[in-house]
Amino acid sequence: MPELSDYLILGAILFSLSIAGIFLNRKNVIIILMSIELMLLAVNMNFIAFSHFLNNIEGQVFVFFILTVAAAEAAIGLAILVVLFRNRRSINVEELDTLKG
Amino acid sequence: MQTIYLLIVLAPLLGAVLAGVFGRQLDRTAAHWVTSLGVGISCLLSLYVFKHIVIDGAASFNGTVYTWMISDGVHFEIGFLIDKLSAMMMVVVSFVSLMVHIYTIGYMRDDPGYKRFFSYISLFTFAMLMLVMSNNFMQLFFGWEAVGLISYLLIGFWYKKETAIYANLKAFLVNRVGDFGFLLGIAAVLMYFGTLDYAQVFSNASILNDQTIDIIGGQSWSVATLICILLFIGAMGKSAQVPLHVWLPDSMEGPTPISALIHAATMVTAGIFMVARMSPLFELSETALTFVMVIGATTALFMGLLGLVQNDIKRVIAYSTLSQLGYMTVALGASAYAAGIFHLMTHAFFKALLFLAAGSVIIAMHHEQDMRKMGGLRKYMPITWFTSLMGSLALIGTPGFSGFFSKDSIIEAVGQSSLPGSTYAYVAVVLSVFVTALYTFRMYFLVFHGKERMDEHTRAHLRESPLVVTLPLIGLAIPSVVIGYFFVGSMAFGHFFGDAIFVLPQHDVLAKLSHEYHGPGAMMLHSILTLPFWLALSGVVTAWYLYIKRTDIPETLCRRWSFVYHIMLDKFGFDRFNEIFFAGGGRVLGKILWKVGDVFLIDMLVVNGSAYTMGWFSGMMRRIQTGYLYTYAFAMIIGLMALLAIFVL
Amino acid sequence: MNFEMPNFLLALPEIFVLGMACLLLLIDLFLKDQDRHLTYLFSLFTLVLVAVLTVYGYSGERQISFNGAYVADGMSQVLKLGVYFAVFVVFVYAKDYLRDRGIFKGEFYLLGLFGMLGMMIMISAHSLLTLYLGLELLSLSMYAMVAMQRDSARASEAAMKYFVLGAIASGMLLYGMSMIYGATGTLDLSGIASQAATADKTLMAFGLVFLLVGVAFKLGAVPFHMWLPDVYEGAPTAVTLYIGSAPKIAAFALLARLLGDGLINLHDQWQGILIILAVLSMAVGNIVAIAQTNLKRMLAYSTISHAGFLLLGILTGTRSGFSSSMFYALSYVLMALGGFGMIMLISRKGFEGDKLDDFKGLNKRSPWYAFMMLILMFSMAGVPPFLGFWAKLSVLEEVVASGMIWLAVVGVVFSIIGVFYYLRIIKLMYFDEPASEEELECSADMRLMISANALMVLGIGLFPGALMAACAAAFSTT
Repeated sequence: MPELSDYLILGAILFSLSIAGIFLNRKNVIIILMSIELMLLAVNMNFIAFSHFLNNIEGQVFVFFILTVAAAEAAIGLAILVVLFRNRRSINVEELDTLKG
Repeated sequence: MQTIYLLIVLAPLLGAVLAGVFGRQLDRTAAHWVTSLGVGISCLLSLYVFKHIVIDGAASFNGTVYTWMISDGVHFEIGFLIDKLSAMMMVVVSFVSLMVHIYTIGYMRDDPGYKRFFSYISLFTFAMLMLVMSNNFMQLFFGWEAVGLISYLLIGFWYKKETAIYANLKAFLVNRVGDFGFLLGIAAVLMYFGTLDYAQVFSNASILNDQTIDIIGGQSWSVATLICILLFIGAMGKSAQVPLHVWLPDSMEGPTPISALIHAATMVTAGIFMVARMSPLFELSETALTFVMVIGATTALFMGLLGLVQNDIKRVIAYSTLSQLGYMTVALGASAYAAGIFHLMTHAFFKALLFLAAGSVIIAMHHEQDMRKMGGLRKYMPITWFTSLMGSLALIGTPGFSGFFSKDSIIEAVGQSSLPGSTYAYVAVVLSVFVTALYTFRMYFLVFHGKERMDEHTRAHLRESPLVVTLPLIGLAIPSVVIGYFFVGSMAFGHFFGDAIFVLPQHDVLAKLSHEYHGPGAMMLHSILTLPFWLALSGVVTAWYLYIKRTDIPETLCRRWSFVYHIMLDKFGFDRFNEIFFAGGGRVLGKILWKVGDVFLIDMLVVNGSAYTMGWFSGMMRRIQTGYLYTYAFAMIIGLMALLAIFVL
Repeated sequence: MNFEMPNFLLALPEIFVLGMACLLLLIDLFLKDQDRHLTYLFSLFTLVLVAVLTVYGYSGERQISFNGAYVADGMSQVLKLGVYFAVFVVFVYAKDYLRDRGIFKGEFYLLGLFGMLGMMIMISAHSLLTLYLGLELLSLSMYAMVAMQRDSARASEAAMKYFVLGAIASGMLLYGMSMIYGATGTLDLSGIASQAATADKTLMAFGLVFLLVGVAFKLGAVPFHMWLPDVYEGAPTAVTLYIGSAPKIAAFALLARLLGDGLINLHDQWQGILIILAVLSMAVGNIVAIAQTNLKRMLAYSTISHAGFLLLGILTGTRSGFSSSMFYALSYVLMALGGFGMIMLISRKGFEGDKLDDFKGLNKRSPWYAFMMLILMFSMAGVPPFLGFWAKLSVLEEVVASGMIWLAVVGVVFSIIGVFYYLRIIKLMYFDEPASEEELECSADMRLMISANALMVLGIGLFPGALMAACAAAFSTT
């Protein structure tokens, strides 16, 4: 039977992976969007693990809300991506540098 | 009642704002109507408050209207303390101000700055009322500075006139000296009491007993003495006591209504009022009281002497004001606060009257102020003549007139005082009775009697001033004559002010005198047996002899005593000393500081140096903001890691 | 099982805004472009009504409803009114700007109202869940608003950056929330407060750091500030105005709820974090602002430095500290509204007016608005007697009162550095020659509003007592 710490470590690994995905990736904005989803899933993992081991349902309720918000977030993210692509004909992260200083 | 109090201060403010800010939209008539109406409302309500507090004997009001801010436990508030002292001051201020408003309609008729002037004097009324109605030191200081500010603005009202600008600057600088002391005094109050509220400070005044403080040089001073002297330095500036008096004669460069309102009746008495208000503090320190008395006596006598040699009609009255302020100060020093305030009130009426009468003369003389070019105006200007005579008689203390009662009680009170220095003060005030009579009637005879010394053109146009000018004269003449008679019993010798003024039993000279007081009539009769009466009489006679009978004698005297005469013309050298020592020294010091401190240290090293460094630094730092998304994310991760490392591990 | 009906009446303002926003969504669908001002008027009407509801619906005491997820107390009332006011002003300022650029659409007002709903929920949140939902509702609305000007490459770049970084911040916040939940076993803030003492220390500390990173991002505290200048510059000014004003009040509420209501027992730990964030923010914000040539960007850095000041009051952890920060937040929002409003005032069709040089010689073109800008800049710089001075003074007083004099000195030093770039604008306005002599063109409501805005900064500066007392009262009941 896996312990609570196993789940937490898995959550932490997923979280780190997602963060690494965001700042190591210098090519494609879509990968960033995927990483963000992964990050939210890592958090969900945490919440469910805690909820299970604390015998408390609130954490799982929270997860439902996070999933819903994640969907909305993805929708807005993709919409912005479309606008960006229409304006620039590129979704290369390295070309997003007109605003600086 | 609070609404009424608010209305009393806000009505003049509203008038000032309307006339000042919306001056362009209003015509002249509207400007003087809104301001006069504002002050009129204020005056009527003040009278109502006076009736309510003094005649009906209602309890005094002490309340906060608005808490401006609370800092470090100290409340900075706007609040009113309406007791008999402030009720009386409110009536005096608003009444004189109303008279001056009406008078100004005539006096300033042709001036291009007509609306500006009305806006200023209404604003002044507001500030002065704030000052007298205050229940805390902060609002007192606000009113104090505000009246000062308006006084500077008005002295320099004719801002194209060079002498006016000079006088204005002088008043500003001298008052800074006084205000510096005043502010330090307030700071000391805050330091020792932890509050700026009058009631709290006064009820805890005894904590100052036996407290001492070390001042530079290792001398140990009583805190009460220090606080009182610092506060009094403020009063010296505002109420023009020696040696901070030099600004007042020059302030006559302003229009005459201002001289009447600000530089005679109200603002300059703020110092007297303040010391009376602070009586619970001043009573704690005999040293401070002695200091007050000596300064006052010196001012009373020596400034009166200077009035003898002036030829400008307004300046004579200005020196007379200085001398009378000296009287009030002496009374404060002798712990006869009530007598001082009583004199303040009577003086406000008759001195405003004399100034306005002088103004009336000046209009008739086409803005000629030199008395040597006047004379015999009596038959041309009967109302002005008569009211001036009343004012002059009140000023010299003719029995029955208001000035008599107040001045005589001061002289008697000083005689009773046992503080060190009281003998000097007594001699000084008694002598200056003669001086007062002499310069007052010198002016009176030179202006209204004797040969007509003006040129033909002026003489042809001489006539009595219009009603808006003479009406205030009459309005002021009535209280100048009668008010002393009615109030001497209660104000000087009774318990008129109640709790508003606090006197220690061993200092209470007025209480001693009150045993001998048997009504105003008896006081008048008794006065014939006293020295001051005969001195005043001889002053008048001397004036008549010198300026009507033997007009050649003054010149001979001047020649024979030319040394003394020149010292007096030089005003005892105060101005010259200030100019050379303070102004000159200040300029040299300023130049050194400017060259070394400002140009070299600050401009070159601190300002430009640091600005350059900062600019460079800033340019470097903005490069971190690369514009790349991953840099931003990276910065966040680094921040997160750093915080985790510091606070979790 | 007993079913308890939550007290819906308590959340009436939120429910009302939600209803009106949905109604507006429908109405706007059927409006033609030339009738679009009806949407505008409808939104303003909503704001006025909700303000009335908020004022009259409040019983005067702290009440909790929705199973502990929602709270109405003195703080929520004052902050909500501040938010309505800010959004109202934003809507008024934005009208002309949006119309000139062809984006005068229902979306701006809809998203604005939904974002405001998010802020209201944050302000009244009493559980981690409601805090999160409110925050996301606000953030998602703002991402969309930034991207609203669809033909602008800069705006879409800004939106993308904002979205990605904002999502990371939300992720961290959530991660922190999951830790706190794990340590205390509850999402309810008062439950967390009572459990905090016995909870696992490491887990709590972990959670706290992640949580604060998320909040610091929203507030724009260094080093989580980097989105802020880019987004402020890239977004249409109307949107910048929105982002730069009301959400700061909500961010303050987020901090006050989390740290004041939930984690006050961990004060020793979060104080250190906030000190670091505050000092860095004041330093970076004030120093980098000096080198800016774009006014929006400069104001963005100024926001960062103000965020640092805002943190100063909170980090004392006392009630008066929180109330001084609340005063700071409200004052800052008033000044920011005016500052960005001035940019919109001088902008025209095809001219953004957001360069510093565009303000050259404003005094010659329009002395009155130059004077208004002078008030705003002086106030931001913290010159007495303007509002900003009292705001700075009150937080610094709290810092001194809690014994951290060095921190107060640091604050003063950086605010003096800050004076430089504010005064530069005044110098440009008054001493330089204007590039164009054109008259300012804008509608009467804009003129009136911006004058009122600046004069409020002056007026409240002269009489700060009432607002200060309101802020103090907000924290005396909790």
